[in-house]
Amino acid sequence: MERNPMRRQLAIMRQSLFDQGHVDEQFVQLEELQDDANPNFVEEVVTLYYRDSARIILNIEQALERKPFDFRKLDAYMHQFKGSSSSIGAKKVKAESTLFREYCKSGNGEGCMRSFQQLKKEYATLRKKLGTYFQLARQAGPVETASRPK
Amino acid sequence: MNVSSVKGSMSISSSTSTWKAGDTISDQFPAGLRVLVVDDDPTCLMILEKMLIACLYKVTKCNRAETALSKLRENKNGYDIVLSDVHMPDMDGFKLLEHIGLEMDLPVIMMSADDGKQVVMKGVTHGACDYLIKPVRIEALKNIWQHVVRKRKNEWKEFEQSGSVEEGDRQPKQSDDADYSSSANEGNWKGSKKRKDEEEETDERDDTSTLKKPRVVWSVELHQQFVAAVNQLGIDKAVPKKILELMNVPGLTRENVASHLQKYRLYLRRLSGVSQHQSNLSTIISAQDPTFGSLSSLSGLDLQTLAATGQLPAQSLARLQAAGLGRATAKSGIPITLVDQRNIFSFENPKLRFGEGQQQHMTNKQQVNLLHGIPTTMEPKQLVSLRHAAQSIGNMNMQVPPHGAQNSQNNPLLMQMGQQQQQSRGQILVDSTINHAPRLSSSMGQPILSNGIATNVSSRNGIPENIRAPGYSQTPSMLNFPVNHASELPGNSFALGSTPGVSILTSKGAFQEDVNSEIKGSGGLMPSYDVFNDLNQHKPQSWELQNVGMAFDTSQHSNSLQGNLDLTQSALGQQGFSSGQMNGHNRSAAVANKAMFSTGDVKELGSAQNVNQHLNNLLVDNTIRIKSERVCDTSPANIFPDHFGQDDLMSALLKQQESVASSENEFDFDGYSMNNIPV
Repeated sequence: MERNPMRRQLAIMRQSLFDQGHVDEQFVQLEELQDDANPNFVEEVVTLYYRDSARIILNIEQALERKPFDFRKLDAYMHQFKGSSSSIGAKKVKAESTLFREYCKSGNGEGCMRSFQQLKKEYATLRKKLGTYFQLARQAGPVETASRPK
Repeated sequence: MNVSSVKGSMSISSSTSTWKAGDTISDQFPAGLRVLVVDDDPTCLMILEKMLIACLYKVTKCNRAETALSKLRENKNGYDIVLSDVHMPDMDGFKLLEHIGLEMDLPVIMMSADDGKQVVMKGVTHGACDYLIKPVRIEALKNIWQHVVRKRKNEWKEFEQSGSVEEGDRQPKQSDDADYSSSANEGNWKGSKKRKDEEEETDERDDTSTLKKPRVVWSVELHQQFVAAVNQLGIDKAVPKKILELMNVPGLTRENVASHLQKYRLYLRRLSGVSQHQSNLSTIISAQDPTFGSLSSLSGLDLQTLAATGQLPAQSLARLQAAGLGRATAKSGIPITLVDQRNIFSFENPKLRFGEGQQQHMTNKQQVNLLHGIPTTMEPKQLVSLRHAAQSIGNMNMQVPPHGAQNSQNNPLLMQMGQQQQQSRGQILVDSTINHAPRLSSSMGQPILSNGIATNVSSRNGIPENIRAPGYSQTPSMLNFPVNHASELPGNSFALGSTPGVSILTSKGAFQEDVNSEIKGSGGLMPSYDVFNDLNQHKPQSWELQNVGMAFDTSQHSNSLQGNLDLTQSALGQQGFSSGQMNGHNRSAAVANKAMFSTGDVKELGSAQNVNQHLNNLLVDNTIRIKSERVCDTSPANIFPDHFGQDDLMSALLKQQESVASSENEFDFDGYSMNNIPV
């Protein structure tokens, strides 16, 4: 148990990210890559993710404005987005991406739109939570080795 | 060609030279492994880089495939392994994979979030040594060094084997192949090759003198020279030693050539797989030359083949055969038994089945015709090949007999060849195809064909020449197939079957070669090669149908380079081996083929990449299937109303192919849909 209250709080926050299903095992992989040489590796990767994926989100949004839907293209974009999201361990976002692709494959425009809205919500929620988490992490100082979620 | 690495890897400890870092393998390996990672996603790229560094590898990252290729080209010996994403905007990952395999011969691992069976299968068929599903975990990266070691070990083995085997193996294989002097060589060579492929013989690997040879960079020019040499020799007879002599490149060793040849064959095989599919349809359709009465009969065989492969419903096949047979002047009705014969050959490779059907068909006919004279001009040849094919069916040996080709010209020879069958089959078929090639071209009215054929013909007239045709003269053979009907194809069956025009021939030839030389029925690749041989041999007809369709389609696609347009050599070279050129080639080929092939191939040509991909897809197992499917479709339509029926079939097949081709992603191969994975 962390003696430092900040670290304790950080640990709790981290645990809740896993418990609530926002992040998965892949997030742990990122944490394990973090070391003294790259103390903020996870934050850097997540920052890069949000910057790059914003582009894809925009593409999808634009594609959804064109009727009729080009499902093939939408699926392709989402495939890209899903790959990125899964690489940082964004569990809920990834799940929503999969759902979106299913709708694309079945040509369900309505489903796509609904799913995309949900996806954007999850995407924003995660961003906020991780932002808070990283902020706290910086304040708390070097964190101990990541422990796997129970 | 990483000859040095190959040699060096004989024993891990000696692979020091292969590691640039200078670390001794035993000490630090796999640390220092030089990895090139390519992924257009910056997040993934960053994570991968960090993971690879954590594995103590030396990492170079690229976010574009073109960048990666140029880095690899600039420094061919600078990397040990490549990790590439499948879906990239500027170039498809599989295309990159092929380029790397051909030009640099480095192990490539594909990655994708897509874990669909088809995509993974595509990776396998394109030669990827592994496929990782994203998100990639570091544990998966910790062991990638095994692919480097394995590859080098295998290459070393091949070099050693091929070298020693080749030299020591030159004993006439068949006792009674007085007529097939070439076959003897082929047999020997094949045997040695097969052994080589089996990689089970390590007793000959005492020779470590070749360790640490400098890695050869197979530039586009060099590769073209190589392809020219191989074409000149004929795919069956293209042994590294001779290729080396023909190329006359100072500093190039036989081992370099052997290794490259192996890769090349693999590449051709892939192409032929795709092209077969296409070519079969196109060839069949294009083989509507009325002058070739046997064509109809052959088509029956082809149909059988197709049916045999399980694609064609038995009834359709029977019907087609009957139709075809009925037309054949000298040919008695083709019994459905042929189909049964096919069953004998239950090769996994659909193509093989195809070939089998053909052979069977042909065999029956052949035997009848051969003995009783050949009603049509083509028949003798076809018969010969048929016979051989029939015989080959029994043997199923891959040794495509170069002899066969020779015999086709003379019935008496054929008789002899019959005995030799297996070997001669390929030859005869080749011959017949070649001979017919000219006719095909004329009758077909396909410029490409004629070109191809002409080339083939000239080369084929001699038995040994036939051997060549299969490999690279695919085009001609392919053309011939439709016209001449399978019988001739066998020799070149590889080429013919596989790709519509070019690819089939190429692949066939390649296969035959491989089969004969390398695959004595063993080893991984062998089966596939064998398939080709058998296919070629047994089913001259089936090939026709198959090849026709395939030839046209395939050739147009990627293979177009080779076959139809007389670009065989250049096309091949360009196609497979020069990334940039491939596209160009395909396009040009496509254009050329366009004129020739009416069908959708043209559309396919639109994007060289697609073509290649398409071909690859097609080449992969589905070729046969596709063909079968095609044939099935047409068969019910009673494609062979008369000896011209084949034309209809061909056109029908072509149409099918077109539709198939045009919808690359829509191929619905039985069990192996190589649909392009949507990005």
